[in-house]
Amino acid sequence: MAGPLLQVRGLRVSLPSARGPVDAVRGIDLDLARGRTLGLIGESGCGKSMTALALMGLLPDAARASGSIRFDGQELVGLDDAAMCRLRGRRIAMVFQEPMTALDPLQPLWRTVSQPLRIHRGLDARSARAEAQRLLDRVQLPQAAQRLDARPHQLSGGQRQRVMIAAALACGPELLIADEPTTALDATLQREILALIGTLVTDSGMALLLISHDLDLMARSVERVMVMYGGTVVEEGPGAQVLAAPAHPYTRGLVGARPRLGAARGARLATIPGRVPALGDWPAGCPFADRCGWVVDACRAGMPAPVGVGVDRAARCIRLTSAHTPDSR
Amino acid sequence: MGSAMTTAMRRHPSFVAGCGLVGLWLAAVLLSLAWTPYPPTEIDVPNRLLLPSAAHWLGTDSLGRDIASLLIVGARTSLLVGVAAVGLGALLGTAIGVLGAARRGWLDALLMRVADFGFAFPALLTALMLAALAGPGAATAVAAIAVFNTAVFARISRSAAGAVWSRDFVLAARACGRGRWQVTVDHVLPNIAAPLIVQATIQFAVAILAEAALSYLGLGVRPPQPSWGRMLNEAQEMMFQAPQLALYPGVAIALAVLGLNLVGDGLRDLLDPRLVRER
Repeated sequence: MAGPLLQVRGLRVSLPSARGPVDAVRGIDLDLARGRTLGLIGESGCGKSMTALALMGLLPDAARASGSIRFDGQELVGLDDAAMCRLRGRRIAMVFQEPMTALDPLQPLWRTVSQPLRIHRGLDARSARAEAQRLLDRVQLPQAAQRLDARPHQLSGGQRQRVMIAAALACGPELLIADEPTTALDATLQREILALIGTLVTDSGMALLLISHDLDLMARSVERVMVMYGGTVVEEGPGAQVLAAPAHPYTRGLVGARPRLGAARGARLATIPGRVPALGDWPAGCPFADRCGWVVDACRAGMPAPVGVGVDRAARCIRLTSAHTPDSR
Repeated sequence: MGSAMTTAMRRHPSFVAGCGLVGLWLAAVLLSLAWTPYPPTEIDVPNRLLLPSAAHWLGTDSLGRDIASLLIVGARTSLLVGVAAVGLGALLGTAIGVLGAARRGWLDALLMRVADFGFAFPALLTALMLAALAGPGAATAVAAIAVFNTAVFARISRSAAGAVWSRDFVLAARACGRGRWQVTVDHVLPNIAAPLIVQATIQFAVAILAEAALSYLGLGVRPPQPSWGRMLNEAQEMMFQAPQLALYPGVAIALAVLGLNLVGDGLRDLLDPRLVRER
């Protein structure tokens, strides 16, 4: 099996706006091999969900993707919907953020869970029901056998997310995209659901693209992380290293802004000054220039190229190069 | 579910009353198939313009026809025209609406502008045009009301389907590999059924009124077929000799329309998923 399972080059997603098309994703490169795990981190509006939807071919109608997305050698950008439908749910599956709204309120659980099997394997209702029960057992939904005919509103948030995961796993996909799968859940459930996803990923040997804004959760769940800001990847590298010793000023800000238990009473939580600019309002050059404490004129000259910052790590910041080394930090 | 339904009905006396009125009307239709006090079109001029009596419960009209029999058979005309016109309109309109919502783009825009166009013409005007082209008749009335209803249902189903398409579970179904058309059948139609059913009941009432109006104007069902609208039309000529003639079909139309509207209002509440969940 030559080449990575997923290879993305120069992916751009443009959305229409009152001022003409604006790029929500501005040139993403990404490689993900079979059985590996990768995390996309970033604030709301940094383009991570758009990236996920572009990979699924499910961008909003008005959005346009360009660049290249190769899945197992097959180009997905520009692929027609019918061909995309044959991949979705069978070889690429997705778990969504909001389990409360991502299940059809009128469908019994077994139908939701077995939907990919019925689409791609043509299972009849009887065997689909049996498969649904097996899948729901696998995601540890309590009393799965009695709940096959339950509707989503009869389940809790965590249970619904288990149902979503069961549906995503139904056909044994090679790539699982999880877009903030635990954001809508409370803290203890987050760990359970992530541990479940982790186990399932390891057991089935599928690749995982996990999207989140939660750094600690990322560090525990994936091998490699990519930090996104302003529609680009500003830093990437092995998860533990990036979070232990962030290089890019934005990643440093993110890591510094984590609330910690046991912090001194009255200590203020560090923040990143300013706010994420509105779509299309990116400053010239480095997208982080307006909020960065290290900014120099050269930052605004153009999009910084990735700079190696250690083994297998890179960051898009000119101040990390020898010519612009920050004075004292 | 059964007991939940009865509880909900008890909380909804107007829905029950509406069901009663509609039931009465449907009973009249069923009765008309088996039995009428007199043959409804039998002319009996010596006994014209009789007041209600044991022989003629509601009296006779200007040609001596039994008014009770005419009303009972007229109920059938209303039902047939209503079912056909609303059924056709709902079927066609919903198909247009969900197609537009699924495809978006220029086709959607075109379909909705055509629906706006159809909406701009009252059924009456459409019927006048159709009558000029094809001659008046029950089919003309049905077609005219159906055209109007198509536009109504196209708009409602387009907006309801658009709302469903923007929900996460549609995206999730798409992520499972469902095509646009399958999503429409599996997820969009079931989720827009409730507002469409409510609308159908209300459009039914509108259709009965429209049929009466068209027949009253002579554009609907042709003599000798009895119709509430035609009864009104004929009563008008006798307005000063026998004003009671206009009363009977008028009350029949009002009660049927009232019943359907009450049923529609009740269904809107009973089918509201938020209320269902609270039960």
